[in-house]
Amino acid sequence: MQVQMTVNDQPVTREIEPRLLLVHFLRDELGLTGTHWGCDTSNCGVCVVSMDGVPVKSCTVLAAMADGRTVRTVEGLERDGELDPVQQGFMNEHGLQCGFCTPGMMITARALLDESPDPTPAEIREAISGQLCRCTGYENIVRAIRWAATHPRPAAAETSEAVSS
Amino acid sequence: MQIPAPFDYARARSVDDAIALLEEHGEEARLVAGGHSLLPMMKLGLATPEMLIDINDLTDLTRIRVDGDVLRIGAMARHADLLSSAVVGEQYRMLHEAERVIADPVVRNRGTVGGSLCHADPAEDLSAALGALRAECVVRGSGGERVVPLRELVTGPYETVLQPAEILTEVRIPIRPGAGSAYLKVERRAGDWAVASAGAVVWLDGETISEVGIGLAAVGAPHSVAAATEDAVRGRQADDETIDLAGEGAAAECRPTTDQRGPADYKRALTGELTRRALRTAIARCRGQEA
Repeated sequence: MQVQMTVNDQPVTREIEPRLLLVHFLRDELGLTGTHWGCDTSNCGVCVVSMDGVPVKSCTVLAAMADGRTVRTVEGLERDGELDPVQQGFMNEHGLQCGFCTPGMMITARALLDESPDPTPAEIREAISGQLCRCTGYENIVRAIRWAATHPRPAAAETSEAVSS
Repeated sequence: MQIPAPFDYARARSVDDAIALLEEHGEEARLVAGGHSLLPMMKLGLATPEMLIDINDLTDLTRIRVDGDVLRIGAMARHADLLSSAVVGEQYRMLHEAERVIADPVVRNRGTVGGSLCHADPAEDLSAALGALRAECVVRGSGGERVVPLRELVTGPYETVLQPAEILTEVRIPIRPGAGSAYLKVERRAGDWAVASAGAVVWLDGETISEVGIGLAAVGAPHSVAAATEDAVRGRQADDETIDLAGEGAAAECRPTTDQRGPADYKRALTGELTRRALRTAIARCRGQEA
């Protein structure tokens, strides 16, 4: 079957098997290996991408289900060569060590900040509670997202899927 | 790599379209809503539908609203929608408390109310909460619509009364003013299935319990409720003695099995304690006390 969708602002069309999962479509068909493939059971959250502005676990979404929708991966967070504040926050606050969970964490963080620009640490912990990090103990991830909240991009609204789609 | 067995895929454009596709493809066709129960089972080879009918475009099934004395929840409402719905929390706080412990926020962005109910996992929490509230399910097929009490929807693990070409379209919860409700779950780790869960909703007439609903998840309670315990508690004083009676009743009524989440006798004891706590909190809330 043929699927068409917008990935990181680019229209893409591919012929696929219906059973192809979105995570493999992104990694293997589009070469977007920033989205990681982890537990394969919708537990760990390393495969989180944004679909129509909502974080989803791409190991548990068929590529066919994303047909006609708008997908954003970690590769699509930066704008015009400028890192998203979330990415800058993860650098500044040491929000990663091995980096395996980081793309999914940053996608969820972006969606949280789009919805709630000034979240409390408790709200941040709740938002990322479906994603596992084995390095940081989460403390620095929470700090990284707080950093992003206090350093919004001047035209932050442009990052929301609602505007870009 | 976990890859489902091959299947064909179609996207339904309307409820009637979904029903027509189900009729066309027979018993080997399955509806997929959020997919967060069905796709993992397909990846493990535990489900092998030959045709998947995607109903995510049926946005008219996503509404949540109060209609007279009924809270109407579309079958395609996501768990996240239920959790963020102010009207749901205002009517029945236990629904928000149950939703908050179903999976995790990202999974709740995809998983749907109707999908959870129809998948009928025996450890699923929403059936217990909605069972306590005596919700009704609106089911549609080519012959028209029928209404099934939620307490009659599930016939066994992963089995419901839905015919192969029927679709659950809506859940209707009766609204009776003055309710107090609470939902409690014990899980091994955040986002896991329950070791045991208990939810209670209660209405008081003075100090007398005029009506009560008790839902239990993951402990083998028939239809996810403690019906005999409800009958024993109804009409009694809302006091510690009654709360203990409810706990003992729920513990006796459930049928937990020993598995990796714990031994049966532990789950039985836990069910009793969670029932006591949920009922105590529900009564306090019914009285307008902070709990």
